Amino acid sequence: MATATTLAGTGVPLTRWRRILLVIAEQRAWIFLAVLVLFFEIWSQIAYGATFLFNTYNLRAISVAAAAPLILALGQTFVIISAGIDLSLGFVMGFASVIAAHTANWAAQQLGLPPLAAMLVGVSAGVGMAAIPGLVNGWLIAFLKVPPFIGTLGMYGVARGAAYLIAGGMTIAISNRWYSSVGNDRVLGLPVLVILAVICCLVLHYILSQTRFGQHTYALGASKAAASRAGINVKRLTIKIYVLSAVMAGIAGVLYTGRFSAGAPQAGEPLLLLSIAAVVIGGASLFGGSGTIWGTVAGALVIAVIDYGLVFVNVEPFWQFIAVGLVIIISVLVDQAQRRFIGGRQVE
Amino acid sequence: MSEQAPILSVRNVSKHFGGVQALNRVSLDVLPGEVVALAGDNGAGKSTVIKAISGVFGYEEGDILLDGKRVAFSTPEEARDNGIETIYQDLALADNLSIGANIFLGREPMTKLFGFLPILDRKKMAEAARETMHRLDFHVDRLDAPVAAFSGGQRQAVAIGRAMYWNARLVIMDEPTAALGVPEQRKVMSLIQSLKAAGKGVIFISHNLRDIFEVADRIVVFRRGENAGERIPTETTGDEIVRLMVGK
Repeated sequence: MATATTLAGTGVPLTRWRRILLVIAEQRAWIFLAVLVLFFEIWSQIAYGATFLFNTYNLRAISVAAAAPLILALGQTFVIISAGIDLSLGFVMGFASVIAAHTANWAAQQLGLPPLAAMLVGVSAGVGMAAIPGLVNGWLIAFLKVPPFIGTLGMYGVARGAAYLIAGGMTIAISNRWYSSVGNDRVLGLPVLVILAVICCLVLHYILSQTRFGQHTYALGASKAAASRAGINVKRLTIKIYVLSAVMAGIAGVLYTGRFSAGAPQAGEPLLLLSIAAVVIGGASLFGGSGTIWGTVAGALVIAVIDYGLVFVNVEPFWQFIAVGLVIIISVLVDQAQRRFIGGRQVE
Repeated sequence: MSEQAPILSVRNVSKHFGGVQALNRVSLDVLPGEVVALAGDNGAGKSTVIKAISGVFGYEEGDILLDGKRVAFSTPEEARDNGIETIYQDLALADNLSIGANIFLGREPMTKLFGFLPILDRKKMAEAARETMHRLDFHVDRLDAPVAAFSGGQRQAVAIGRAMYWNARLVIMDEPTAALGVPEQRKVMSLIQSLKAAGKGVIFISHNLRDIFEVADRIVVFRRGENAGERIPTETTGDEIVRLMVGK
């Protein structure tokens, strides 16, 4: 047995150079983010003599813009790690947004509840009802063996239709000062939305990296046979994962209603693909088995910085699509290169 | 072999699949610290008998005795909880998890952070991995690496280590060397020796007569779902075993 450290039993020496490459590959989303921020800072300094990064307004705008896609992406991270995909998230978000608005209005007008209580009723209804499409998704995939892509695509249609029907094809305005201030106010200079998104990240990071549920999600993504032979109830686990993902979409939906003082069926429509992009840029593999919450956070920030940065330096906004697309492709290429000389740490 | 009580005793077990008699009154004993090789042609009933033992399916006639008590496990989990661990060719490892996480998969140890927040006890998992691999005389330099990084023999060691850690008394291995290169096959042979030294009973299915002669204490030959003979490796030859297998 060689005494030198080798690449996890492969016999390939783990030289300092390889070790550095490994860290770069693992942390690529954060490195992307740093490079992007540096790029916009330099551009902004040269072109306008103004700072990009050290501008509170910019930071606030970027973090608010990142919050909703990030919350969707957090749930999507679990689904993708388990080797699934959830295409219904965007419209589950709209569904929850509409239900929250409707219920908050109803609680204030019909029950005569004060604004705070009406908001809480609306939020609970929105998040709670969002769990139902998740439950159905999980049941279709776990018990009826429907492929996740198809099952959740079906739910995409069902949730979309349900959201528009409930809203009567329109947006539902709310007038509730409590609810609106959750979506727009700041505490100690930090937008409430951003504080809530950070709390979601912390809770989901904990669940993914420190609980049996998280560990089993990784195992399921690597090998369903291994998970079930280890005595894990794979069906129940699958349902839990899709319910979690739908509940996160529900949270994103009820926050949307607060931010815009209205429930909208199409609230999450543009965010579905962004949520998948954030997870992939963050280092997860669509084949399952890898990914982290911190990676997804970086992925969502990368997208938000590209979107906002290009507007800030006054480039036509259509470049956003090209830039985000290129980042996704580069990220997947790095992922494949890393797999070729595997030996990274256990994902967690 | 001294007069010990067998860990496992299969007595006159029969099993049908529809009209096909898969097992016809087969018998088999495994003593503590004994390696029993199951030999036989394809369709001889080797896999059927281990599946009946490990709870994949039931059996109709006869008895399977574990420590002298009749058992009929209805699931593999039940068999495992009673100390029978089966290691299949594909090993059933989660490739993205570490050795420790694989050993504990499905029964992860928890600890408390700051005295209240339950978290996975990774330290315990890593220690168990180190200790188990040490007992198998297997050197692994990175306990945090996913098992995908390991070679076939090392992965076999992880699967065996899992059985060992959970105090399996009987380890059943289905063709453990089939997919391995020659140096790796040697390594698995020495792993089986480690299991034997630890007092475990081992049932070992193989097509490879050289492996069988190297490691088995007893060779049980099946043919067409029946016992075709039982030999001690030092008192027989490969030719005789093959004759028993094909029935000439």
